[in-house]
Amino acid sequence: MSNLKEIRTRLASIKSTMQITNAMKMVSAAKLRRAQDAIIQMRPYADKLHEILENISAMIDTEHGNPFGDEREINRVLLVVITSNKGLCGAFNANVNKKVTELIESKYQKQFKSDNIDFISIGKKGADFLRSKKLKIKATHQDLFDQLTFDNILPIVNEIMNDFIHGKYDVVELVYNQFMNAAVQVLINEQFLPVVPKEKEEDRYETKVDFILEPSKELIIDELIPKSLRIVFYKSLLDSFASEHGARMTAMHKATDNASDLIKELQLHYNKARQASITNEILEIVSGAEALKG
Amino acid sequence: MKLEVITPDKELYKGEIKLIQVPGAKGSFEILNNHAPIISTLDKGTIKIIDNLDKPEFIEILGGVIEVKRNHIIVLADIV
Repeated sequence: MSNLKEIRTRLASIKSTMQITNAMKMVSAAKLRRAQDAIIQMRPYADKLHEILENISAMIDTEHGNPFGDEREINRVLLVVITSNKGLCGAFNANVNKKVTELIESKYQKQFKSDNIDFISIGKKGADFLRSKKLKIKATHQDLFDQLTFDNILPIVNEIMNDFIHGKYDVVELVYNQFMNAAVQVLINEQFLPVVPKEKEEDRYETKVDFILEPSKELIIDELIPKSLRIVFYKSLLDSFASEHGARMTAMHKATDNASDLIKELQLHYNKARQASITNEILEIVSGAEALKG
Repeated sequence: MKLEVITPDKELYKGEIKLIQVPGAKGSFEILNNHAPIISTLDKGTIKIIDNLDKPEFIEILGGVIEVKRNHIIVLADIV
């Protein structure tokens, strides 16, 4: 029966696909753990930096001019699109691309029409998308995720900050997936520059320590603000990296589940068909024997 | 005194120490027990740490910030 053979080959192919998706799931799980560790490693630095900045700003009454907080009329926009290098991770990259389309069609429509939006793409999938839409790509970085360390991202973020200070761009926005947990990623679109000052939490706890500040408050702030900006950028990359593996893990888990459902169903079909063919054979033999006796 | 030296990628040092010498922006300085609270930016140079067992340790940095508060020292360091 050709039907039997057909089912057998399909079964075999589904089984091998399942093995692959299962292996990919395991790999993603392992990579996810490493990516999560990186976020956890970075957190104390970010927290302490934030704390020191708060300590200093608590001591300063007058607003100190901050070149990164300069709000200008928006003429030129830079969008930093953070995606992954590889696919097979569900809607991970599609979500980012959708958001980019939405941004240029609504919020930055005017700038888009006058051709004043530049893109920096981190991750191959985003670059492919931008290219297919024929958008102006200023730079793409694909090898970043092989070695995601703070030192490696420094040149990129420094260039962005420089461009902003020199008035090349009036606003810089990031689009990326934020990591909530292994199964949940939230698409984030946030303004990187200019820095929007957060509402100060008044009188949280008044344990003002009278610090000696060297060389001076202004100089310390001038040094700390760029530092904290770099950390924000680094954090978004780490977030995206962990999200990617989370998304792939979930997608591959679902694929494996689907495969095992299919296998179950096919196996049932196969068994039924096999039984039917055996019954048929017996029937033939028996009726043949009957005819001989005849 | 408690000391933490951290970079964005990892924690370089954590423990009880006797003395730390850092390359401050206004010149190198040392911190001993009960130092007044201070926040200072750091220049490129070497941090020297002497722990409770008098064992010295050196860390090269490119820059950073130090905060000293109630015998708790935090160094946010940039390294290569």
